[in-house]
Amino acid sequence: MTQPVANCPNCGAKIVFRWSSSVQTVCGFCKSILVRTNVDLKKVGQVADLPPDSSPIQINTEGKYGNKAFVVVGRILYEYDQGGWNEWHVMMNDGASAWLSDAQSEYALSLSSTAQNLPAPTQVHVGQQFTWNNQPYTVTVITPAHYRGVEGELPFQYWDKTDVTFVDLRTESTKFATLDYSDPEPALYLGEFVQFEDLKLKNLRSFEGW
Amino acid sequence: MSASTPPLSGPPKAQAKALNCPKCGAAIVLRSFGQAETVVCASCHCILDAKDPNLAILQQFEIKTSDVRPLIPLGTRGKLRGTDYEVIGFQRRSTQVDGITYCWHEYVLFNPYKGIRYLSEYNGHWNDISICKMLPMSEGTSANYLGEIYKHFQTCDASTDFVLGEFPWQVRVGEKAAVTDYVHPPRVLSSEKLDKEVTWSIGEYMYGREIWEAFKLHGAPPEAMGVYENQPSPVTTNLAGMWVAFAAFAVLLLALIAGFDMRAKKEPVFWQTYRYSRADSKAEASFVTDVFELTGRTSTVQVKTYAPVSNHWIYLNYALINQDTGQAWDFGREVSYFYGYDSDGSWTEGKQNDEVVIPSVPPGHYYLRIEPEADPSLPVIPYTVDVTHDVPVFGIYGIAFLALLAPVLIISFRAHTFERSRWSESDHPPMQLSSSSGEDE
Repeated sequence: MTQPVANCPNCGAKIVFRWSSSVQTVCGFCKSILVRTNVDLKKVGQVADLPPDSSPIQINTEGKYGNKAFVVVGRILYEYDQGGWNEWHVMMNDGASAWLSDAQSEYALSLSSTAQNLPAPTQVHVGQQFTWNNQPYTVTVITPAHYRGVEGELPFQYWDKTDVTFVDLRTESTKFATLDYSDPEPALYLGEFVQFEDLKLKNLRSFEGW
Repeated sequence: MSASTPPLSGPPKAQAKALNCPKCGAAIVLRSFGQAETVVCASCHCILDAKDPNLAILQQFEIKTSDVRPLIPLGTRGKLRGTDYEVIGFQRRSTQVDGITYCWHEYVLFNPYKGIRYLSEYNGHWNDISICKMLPMSEGTSANYLGEIYKHFQTCDASTDFVLGEFPWQVRVGEKAAVTDYVHPPRVLSSEKLDKEVTWSIGEYMYGREIWEAFKLHGAPPEAMGVYENQPSPVTTNLAGMWVAFAAFAVLLLALIAGFDMRAKKEPVFWQTYRYSRADSKAEASFVTDVFELTGRTSTVQVKTYAPVSNHWIYLNYALINQDTGQAWDFGREVSYFYGYDSDGSWTEGKQNDEVVIPSVPPGHYYLRIEPEADPSLPVIPYTVDVTHDVPVFGIYGIAFLALLAPVLIISFRAHTFERSRWSESDHPPMQLSSSSGEDE
């Protein structure tokens, strides 16, 4: 895997991309949010201190999904009125990018997907059904969330957000879908809930007393 | 890779800093590393915002009783299904049915890697509960979860009366949620509706002793009272399977009966009508019949007696005698038929036919010696003696059938009684006199 090397335009620290397709990263030293351009890195923002977090996952945590190994390379942290959750950006060993979400120890793995005619946020209501890849999904919760910060590498630019809306869709199986209204164009993620044990996670954060 | 990776910002430190209740100053312990939304001050019963570094007061509640005490103290750790969990929260909830208040307790359990799960306790019955990851489908009086059908048990309003410790949601005393339980013992599927949000959870029944063992608690768990909604039936037998096995055996019995019936020759060997005359019998009490031959294998001999008696009786002392060996089988048969009318209506007793089967009679030449006795009030009674060789005997199969049926019925009855107790507490109590039985599985 290629590991392009650059320097932080803010503090000069060495920046290594573990995933060649990463578009954005955060300098480990000065917390500058850096975006890749054709030639170098550009500082676009600054990450404030992230709030204390209960997730056992951290950057560099390794795991398995099915027969594919992955490593956590970045994350987006959100908050909503019932707590916070993380979308961990993971790099699969086949080069694909995926998201491991972790909301109060409920784990799910999802991939960016494309579909025609995704609904506008105002058109979605709880109980509505959608079918993607021949799988029916039912809208269960519409969550107004608040962007709290980023860490590590991301496959797109994501840093100047405030309030974002997520639509959760569930099925009768472990499969689920998320509609992400962070951007003007809605984004669709299809995934499934996974058991903590099945992920066979390594390099987990340690908790005092546990 | 690790050599060239930038230094990590490091995981956020566990919240080890000393926290105090902003109202009364008592120490507040946070055990869930930030998973709690609310934490309750054990001293002054303030509900505090666990996400707020200053622990803003969200609600203060009055406790009506001082005896609300968790059976498992906060901070206790135990191993549940192979994972260590710590008790971080406790609440008492109640519902009112027909003016009676029913209370139960819920414990919040925490593991930093596995997250939150819950225990509930009602009258010594426990449930291990977790939030459903999949969406159950409720359809009228049942719900489908992971391909299993759960029957609607009850719907009630559950209000929160007392809270202690940490909760991963915005807990408030006095809040009412509509709780609907569907059961598939030993599991219970519950939906909790608060405002617009519906949360589904799945629970599995646990015995008090299992909880006591898991959390290494002292003393004995409170005794379980009554039958709980998802308590597994003590009848562990699969009733449907048992009835299927029974039916299969009954079919086998029928096949055996049919087989033996086909194999039996049912050969008529002797038939004769006699007249019993009171006058004659004084002279000679007994007489012998003509000789008949039994051929083939050692088998049964059926002797049928018919007498058209009506409010009379005749008694026949029989002896089946082998002419060749002198071996004899003695037996007495009575043919009597009485009828009448009394205060209870008409009645009858006995019948005009009698039959008896003598087992294991070897082949040979035989005759019957007959010595009749009869009702003194009647001078003459005609009677017919009919001998058939090699008839099938079914009595043993009847006994086998009953011997198998009895335990099947007893087990089904016990299962049925238990299910009745369970459902009598539900929104769908069984009828006072239920005609169904054994179909509950």
